[in-house]
This record gives sequence, structure tokens and C-alpha cells, in this order.
Amino acid sequence: MLIKNNEIVTDEWTVLRLQEGEAANSVVVPEGKVIVPLPVWNCQHDALQGRTELGLWLAGFERAEDIPDAVHRFPVIAIDFHKYTDGRGYTLAYRLRKQMGYRGELRAMGDVLHDQLFYLKRVGFDAFALPKDKDAQAALAGFTDFSLSYQASVDLDAPLHRRVTRGSAA
Amino acid sequence: MYRYDRFDHQLVAERVAQFRDQVRRRLSGELKEDEFRVLRLQNGVYMQVHAYMMRLAAPYGMVSSDQMRMFAHIARKYDRGYGHFTTRQNIQFNWLKLQDTPDILADLATVEAHAIQTSGNCIRNITTDEFAGVAQDELIDPRPYAELLRQWSTLHPEFAYLPRKFKLSITGAAQDRAAIEINDVGLQVVKNAQGEVGFRVLVGGGLGRTPVIGTEINAFVPWQHIITFAESIVRVYNEFGRRDNLYKARIKILVKAIGIDEFRRQVEEEWKLNKDGPSTLTQAELDRVAACFTAPGYVTLPAEDVAVAALQRDNKAFSSWLKRNVKSHKIAGYAAVELSLKRTGIAPGDATAEQMEAAAALADKYSFGELRITHMQNLVLADVKRSDLIALWEAAKVQGFATPNIGLLTDIICCPGGDFCTLANARSITLAKAVDERFDDIDYLQDIGEVDLNISGCVNACAHHHVGHIGILGVDKSGDEWYQVSIGGAKGSPAAIGKIIGRSFSFAQIPEVVSRLLQVYVKARFADERFIDTVRRVGLDPFVEYVYATPVPEEAKLLLPDYELIQQGTPYDAPYYSPRF
Ligand code: SF4
Repeated sequence: MLIKNNEIVTDEWTVLRLQEGEAANSVVVPEGKVIVPLPVWNCQHDALQGRTELGLWLAGFERAEDIPDAVHRFPVIAIDFHKYTDGRGYTLAYRLRKQMGYRGELRAMGDVLHDQLFYLKRVGFDAFALPKDKDAQAALAGFTDFSLSYQASVDLDAPLHRRVTRGSAA
Repeated sequence: MYRYDRFDHQLVAERVAQFRDQVRRRLSGELKEDEFRVLRLQNGVYMQVHAYMMRLAAPYGMVSSDQMRMFAHIARKYDRGYGHFTTRQNIQFNWLKLQDTPDILADLATVEAHAIQTSGNCIRNITTDEFAGVAQDELIDPRPYAELLRQWSTLHPEFAYLPRKFKLSITGAAQDRAAIEINDVGLQVVKNAQGEVGFRVLVGGGLGRTPVIGTEINAFVPWQHIITFAESIVRVYNEFGRRDNLYKARIKILVKAIGIDEFRRQVEEEWKLNKDGPSTLTQAELDRVAACFTAPGYVTLPAEDVAVAALQRDNKAFSSWLKRNVKSHKIAGYAAVELSLKRTGIAPGDATAEQMEAAAALADKYSFGELRITHMQNLVLADVKRSDLIALWEAAKVQGFATPNIGLLTDIICCPGGDFCTLANARSITLAKAVDERFDDIDYLQDIGEVDLNISGCVNACAHHHVGHIGILGVDKSGDEWYQVSIGGAKGSPAAIGKIIGRSFSFAQIPEVVSRLLQVYVKARFADERFIDTVRRVGLDPFVEYVYATPVPEEAKLLLPDYELIQQGTPYDAPYYSPRF
């Protein structure tokens, strides 16, 4: 299940994860729309160069800055949350959007839950692959938990005090 | 103090609704405990063995009398009639039901308060000087900046899942009463040669298992840029702080591992990208917030009050109270008054609903309806007319607020320890009681003067024993309760980590050990020199030599098996919390 533009859509992409015994330099990247892990891209980019429908995924400890030019070639970049409490993906997303200017689909996958959606959206994610056992329809409510935010991030260019006229006590 | 505008109200209301729904989903089983845990922690809710504990925010320790009355209401309606003021200038309640917590938040919202980010691995409640705005040695009132930082850090989307908790502290005075050197980030408001306001920024301080004094990362960040600078620090930490080991996850470990120079370089790199960007503070926003912290309606008064001076001469108890619990004020004829929450046998910082209401009434009557919570777990009325001191003293006595021990040996900071905390190696509150009883002569205590005594029941250091002038740590030796003693620690101006004096002691030896330390001090001190200054001057050796010169006797009554702190009828009957998380 994938949430995109506040709707549940079918996911056209498959995610390649290395299984035990597979190596990044030798694993076969299947045909079609595939999201490959960074080590596979690093090892096989010569062979994969020509494929336009290729996505990339990053783990929390990986850094998009290591491939600053290549990021823009991917229509999809996914960030994998092995655990929802691993907050590195938020900074990774912020950097991709704000500092590297990535414009493609930025997808949160892994342990991505209802109660993290609001913050994830704020830092620049626009696609959310929830675990299969979760109710994605119900989770949509998570995007509207708040109607305002104090600080700037990817979604809001400026902090609240620059966006509205703040009052004294009301 | 800061007053909400409609945006603040709306945000807090939406937070209450969000948490209400999360609790509903938890109770229905839709949310698993593992998924819910972090959500509740970021609303201050801890799960204990027998109940839920909730920590409410008192941003930078400021509380209105209405908020204090609301705390009393919460204590009565949802808890067992009392609450506990913490060393981070907050208040917590220990006996709650999960299903009540959304209602508590809704009640709090009516008085412009919340529990956002009082726990969890996020940016926590910012602490500051309890005498902010009234201290004579203050250069700049830090509270407007504390509020601006509070708003920036509140529900920050990028920093809700940091490697570990993240604590900020800010001071604007010459003497550091906000312990900025032992926070993850410490800010000191300063002026540069041109008279412009900015911050000296320290990073990587903290206690716990690995006590570290913070290091300066920038000598002067102009105030407009403090948000972007702080954001740069937290971003680097979020990315590179360790996540594989709970005990190595604080920013201090990262700073130590890569060195302050490399850490500074990374932060500066990051700062280049957002400095001068839209998150830069504006004069208009500073002015708007600062307008909430203007001086209350002071009147012109004589510097001294005749009746107070007379009673000070004639009444020893009053003069002790004046000396210890009444602090000077930048406005002539006014004083800041501390209400002591330290009473023998009660967890330091505990207050009943009746006491909270009484404190609120005193604030309304004598101090413009405002109170502050101190990191020493007492309360402050910051703007009292000196001519009201006698009446206030009489009223404070009735409520048990007038113990004249602020800053003295018996103004102990101790953690819940073995009486309540499941992680403890040793009892803390019981030991505090033993010390209290041994040193019950107020004249002697006054003569000894300022001594910070901190007692932690285990290495997690909830009572900050590392920075006690005398620090006591419960240690485990083959299942037995022992105590390690250190001296020379200080929480600020400058902060220092105490040094262990030698092999550890039994419970019943500790009062005698403290007495011996004080005896060395009394012999060695010059005139008005404080204990800590004597330790700094003469070093550890004379203390060590004297303490260990002859066997330290055990105090007989402390050996009795029934020597118990927890008296019949006290509200605790089960382990209640470990504040370390
Ligand atoms: S965890 Fe904290 S409260 Fe518990 S014994 Fe240790 S220091 Fe004390």
C-alpha cells in the first residue's frame, strides 16, 4: 500500500533488498520499476546507467551527499526506516530536498506509521509505504493532526512569525 | 510571563486532540505498546510498575498562579493529592491512569500549559535562571530567548527522534544558576564590544554515567542567528550521534569522539547553509515575545523596611529565614523569596495540593501572581515588597515553606533511590533523612554556609551527584548497599566534576563522613570562604587524610533494622519511577 497525494494508490515499484548470500556487485537487478539499495547502485552504476525507471533507497546511516550528482537521475528515492524511532531519515530527507534540491518522489518505507506521517510530510516526503498489516486508510488522518507549525522546514519556507501576524495574548 | 496568542492556543488544542486519539487507539489495541511508547513519552507520560507518571511542562520554570492552582486540581482529581517538582523546573504526577491523561492535558490547556516534549528523545523543556528578570547580576533577561527557542523546538518535525534526549539551558546573569555547562547545549547571553546581544554557546555537557563539562563551540552568535545555529547543532547530532548504545547516545559522546574542532567544523558547514535564511529571528518577533516579560508594576519603595529590620534584630528565626530564603532584587525595596520544599522524610520537591494552592495564593497576594520552580526543587516568589516579608514569612511557616535552609547542607538534592526506584543500588531519601537529623542545628548549618549535597542512588546520576560540593553515589558491592563520596563538584560558575575521596562507606557511616569533611573545612577556611572554595584551594588531600585517619564509626540508630524513612501513611507504597529516561 502506498500513500501518495493523500490517496491510497497501487505501488508500481518493487524494492530490491539484498538477501542473505547476495552481494551488491553480483545481484541481478530485475527488469521493470525497481528501487535498488545504494550499495547496488555504487557497484553496478555503469550497467544500470541507461535505465530511466530506476529508483534508489537509502538506509538511515547512508548519506545522499556521497552521490550528489546521481540523486537527480532517480525518479524515486526511498528512505528506509528500520525502526520508526530512527530519526536520521528525517534529516536525510531534509538535506535531499532543501540542500540538494531533489525534486522526484521521496518515499518513506519500512516502519512508517500513522503517527509519524505529519512530521514525515513536513520534512519533504511525498510518498509513504506503510507496512502491509497497517490500515493505510485510517492513517490518512495523521496528515492533518496539526493545522499550523511554529518552525520552517521543507513544507514551509518560513517560521510562523514570518507567515502570519502574531498577536499578543488572545 | 509569556501569554498564548490564538496560534499557540490552537497548536496546543490540536496536540491534545492528537494525543486523545492516540490513547484511544492504544486502549483499543490498535496501537501496540512499542508503537505508543514514544508517543506518550513526548507527552510526558511514563509507564511505571503500578501507574502512569506524567511530567508537565513549566517552560523555563515560570508558572502563573492559575497554573499552580491547576496543578493542585490535577493532584486532587487524578492523582493522590500531591505532585513532585523536578530538577528541570517541571512538575510530575506519579499515580495516574492512562485514560485520564488526555483530560489532564485538556485541563492544562485552559491555563496555557502542556506536557509537550517533557520526555522522549527530543528537545526537552528549556531551563533557565530562577531569578531571571530580577537578579542583580543579570545582564540580559534570558526568558524571551528561552520562549523563542521553546517555540522553535516545539513539535520540530526533524528532531522528534533524536539519538537521545536533548537538553538546553540558558542564562543571562554573571553567576550561572542555570547549570549551562552540564546541558547538551548551554547558552549564555552576552554583549559584544559593540554592545550587541548574542550568545556564548557551549555544547556537549551532561552528567549520567559519563559526566562531561560542556565546551565552547562559539563565543558569540548574534541573537538573530541563534535558531539557525541551534538547528545546525541538532542536525549534525541527529545524523551522527550514536544510536547503537543507549549509554553512548548523548551529544557529549559524539563531541568527545570526533573532537570539538571537528564537531565545530561540521556545525559551521551546516550553519552556512541556513544562516541568514528565513529562520533568522526578527526584531519584531523578539519585541512581541519580550513584551510578555516586561517588569510588573513596581512601585517606588525605600530600600529597607523598618519593621523588617527590627524583627531581623529581635527574632533569630526570622533573621535566619531572611538570610537564607530571601534574595536580593534589582529593584530597591523588593526581594525574591524562596519557598522551601525540603522537609525531612519527604522526597525533595514534593508538594501537596493544599500547598500548591497556598503557594498560588501567596503569589497572588505578594508577587504579581507568578511563581518559579527552581532546579533545587523549591519555589520562588520573585517580586515581593520588602515591607511584605514579615507577613509572607508568617504565611510560609503555616505551609511548611519556611525552613531556612536554602543553599545549606540540608537543602539536599536526592533522587528517589532505593525506597522507590527499581534501578537503585542504595537508598537516597533515607540517607538524606539521616544527614538531616545529624545536622539539625541551624546555627551550625548557618555557620557552615553554602554546601550543595547531592545523593544519587545509582550511576544514572538523577540527583547530579557529580556536581554536588559533596556528592554521594550509591554503589553495589556484592549485593550490598555502599556509598561513594566525592567532593569539589559544582554545577556552575564554573562547573566541575567532583573527585572521589576513596573507598566507599556503609549507610550508617555517611553522617560521620560528612561531619569529618566539614570539620576539615572549618579548620582550613579563610573568613567567609565557602566549602567549595576551600576544597578548590587546598585540594583533596587534607580531607582524605582526616576522613580515613581513624575508622569511621557507624551511627548506632542507623543500624537498627527498623530505621525507615517511609513512615506509615505516606502516599508511596510501591516503586514509582526512575526519572532517568
Ligand atoms: S535511576 Fe536515578 S532515581 Fe533511580 S536510583 Fe538511579 S539515580 Fe536514583
